[in-house]
Amino acid sequence: MTTQQESPVSAVIAIQVENESGALARVIGLFSGRGYNIESLTVAPVDETRRQSRINIVTTATPHVLEQIRAQVARLVPVYRVSVMTGQDPHVAREMALVKVIASGERRADALRIAQAFRAHPVDASATSFVFELTGATDKLDAFIDLMRPLGLAEVSRTGVAAIARGAAIL
Amino acid sequence: MNAASHQTDLKPHATGTDTPVVQSGAEVLLRVLGEQGVEVIFGYPGGAVLPIYDALFRQNTIRHVLVRHEQAAVHAAEAYARSTGRVGVVLVTSGPGATNTVTGLLDAMLDSIPVVCFSGQVGVPLIGTDAFQEADTTGITRPATKYNYLVRRADEIAPSVHEAFHIARSGRPGPVLVDLPKNLMVGPAPYVAPARAPHPSYQPQTEPGRDAISRAVAAMKGARRPLFYTGGGIINAGPEASAALRRLVEKTGFPCTSTLMGLGSMPAGDRRFLGMLGMHGTYEANMATHGCDVLIALGSRFDDRVTGRLDAFSPTSFKIHADIDPSQINKIVPVDVGIVGDARRVIEMMLEEWDCTPANTRQPIDMAQWWHQINEWRARDSLGFVQDMAPDAIIRPQYAIRRLHELATATGRDTYVSTEVGQHQMWAAQHFGFDKPNRWLTSGGLGTMGYGLPAAVGAQVAHPDALVIDIAGEASTLMNIQELSTIAQYRLPVKVFILNNQYMGMVRQWQELLHESRYSESYSAALPDFVKLAESFHGRGLRATCMGELDGVIAEMLAHPGPVVADICVAQDENCYPMIPSGAAHNQMILGPGQDDEISAEGRMLV
Repeated sequence: MTTQQESPVSAVIAIQVENESGALARVIGLFSGRGYNIESLTVAPVDETRRQSRINIVTTATPHVLEQIRAQVARLVPVYRVSVMTGQDPHVAREMALVKVIASGERRADALRIAQAFRAHPVDASATSFVFELTGATDKLDAFIDLMRPLGLAEVSRTGVAAIARGAAIL
Repeated sequence: MNAASHQTDLKPHATGTDTPVVQSGAEVLLRVLGEQGVEVIFGYPGGAVLPIYDALFRQNTIRHVLVRHEQAAVHAAEAYARSTGRVGVVLVTSGPGATNTVTGLLDAMLDSIPVVCFSGQVGVPLIGTDAFQEADTTGITRPATKYNYLVRRADEIAPSVHEAFHIARSGRPGPVLVDLPKNLMVGPAPYVAPARAPHPSYQPQTEPGRDAISRAVAAMKGARRPLFYTGGGIINAGPEASAALRRLVEKTGFPCTSTLMGLGSMPAGDRRFLGMLGMHGTYEANMATHGCDVLIALGSRFDDRVTGRLDAFSPTSFKIHADIDPSQINKIVPVDVGIVGDARRVIEMMLEEWDCTPANTRQPIDMAQWWHQINEWRARDSLGFVQDMAPDAIIRPQYAIRRLHELATATGRDTYVSTEVGQHQMWAAQHFGFDKPNRWLTSGGLGTMGYGLPAAVGAQVAHPDALVIDIAGEASTLMNIQELSTIAQYRLPVKVFILNNQYMGMVRQWQELLHESRYSESYSAALPDFVKLAESFHGRGLRATCMGELDGVIAEMLAHPGPVVADICVAQDENCYPMIPSGAAHNQMILGPGQDDEISAEGRMLV
């Protein structure tokens, strides 16, 4: 088999599904049942009139397994379309994080300064805390969270990745 | 029950010439079943489905067959479906009724059998409250079905049921479950005609691409050592697909092997048919698979029982794979040409393409050499066994099946064979020659012990005048032995042919080969007296303990107009050969005893 020679790559699986009860469970059940990894997951309705939702799943797998994931997801009854976006497919991938930092004095000022550099907006502030909102690629969010750690990082809430192909190509 | 007082849309939907009459949900359900052509339901009543059973009582177009365990209802429906090409229908109650179907549903899933299972559910207001006999049935059966529904509103009943049949029978067939809350069955419900485009996201591709067919046929025309490897997809594509396959084999002159699930698509006695391939396949089929230069897989899925060691599977062949399910292509074995489509259409288009492409460039001598080689392999007689013909000799199970086949054929009756799972199943596949599709009913993918007896019920219900035989092992058949009661109730003349070696034979064989004959828990202790057991279920019980009794017992079994259990006491130490040991390649087959001490450490890890 060629599988052994392939190395895993990171990919976003974008899935357009019927917005019906159980559709998400079918998709994630397929991932757990067949041993595919889910690194992040987002789901939300994207077309109310046609009752369609979009699921974005970030996974890491060999190209052979990615193709299997695509085929297995595609055959689920409520799935309209599936696309697999790897580093070779031009696409935009973003996620949003809400980051709570509890700090005072010097560290509070440092946190605010770094947040500005990352274009993270304080969406809530109290005398002892900030909540920053930050959107970007996953590694940018990781870097920001790492920098906040010594400055009083208290809690993180991330959305997971939403992705879309560049150019006129559509799912 | 609180009737569906929360329902607002109770107006009956007038469609076509229908007069608007307010019907209950249960009546709407039965009306849809009628329109879907359902004649038989296999089921078992209970609290949550009482309204449906009441509606069944008040009509006489749909027949209900009462099984004795819900798992058996699904297996019976599977065999009904497999032997008729129609959708099998199951009706069970909520909670344990539904969970008991899970094994059957998964069995149908793995063997691609169209079944629709209706399960009762507690009333909608009670869902999620841990009510009596409540289970999250759609959650539990999600990975065991092709699709499932929890009907939440009365106006979803008719569309969901219509769609369930469409999904079960179209594309790659499979089981679909519809969970029906009790209050919706009691309350009024609108009837809705079948939708023209059900579930817009579900669009199975059945028509193969012309380009892929052309590339496949071009490779076939250049082949020197070709081989067809056909599977259950041919059976699922209907008898016309088997007829087309026979034409294609005849026209090309290629040899053909089949998986367990595909037996019957080619006549067993055809000179171009090499028998079954895989773990217990024939020497010629496996050697041909290993040595072929073009492998044409039709409706088969490179199951691990077929491929053996993957990195040594058919190592030098150009591979063509046609399947109706795109996810099967390149799943296990990378192929050179993938074709998505219905097996019948694939074969018909291959036939057309074969005729309209340029004359055969292959030298006739090449195929003659290939056939010469195959016939040399065939001459090894890998299915051979030694039977002492003395009247007091011990019966070899292979011989018992060969005699059963011969004597059953001599009756001239249309014959359906179901099996349980284990050695007897493999011997039946090897020694009972199937000449027609849809006559062989076995649990391939899931390997469900206890399949055969309820399957025989389903086949006999579908074909009341046919000869239906469950070739069984004494261990497997005890797993659903309660179905003898169903057989008695409906006077089904099923013949249960038990190859009784007092062991879970395949477990014992693997323990002998892999675990130095430590027969851990594989001995069938405290067996019932099968003759008395048959009699207690109002059937005929027969027993053969030696060669002198075998033919008489088979003849009496076949001649008896009612159900029979024949207890055939066979050699206890017989192993099923030939065999590809776990972790080995096709050209490393064990042909008989004494060659079996070479199983690798990795092989031991495999199932």
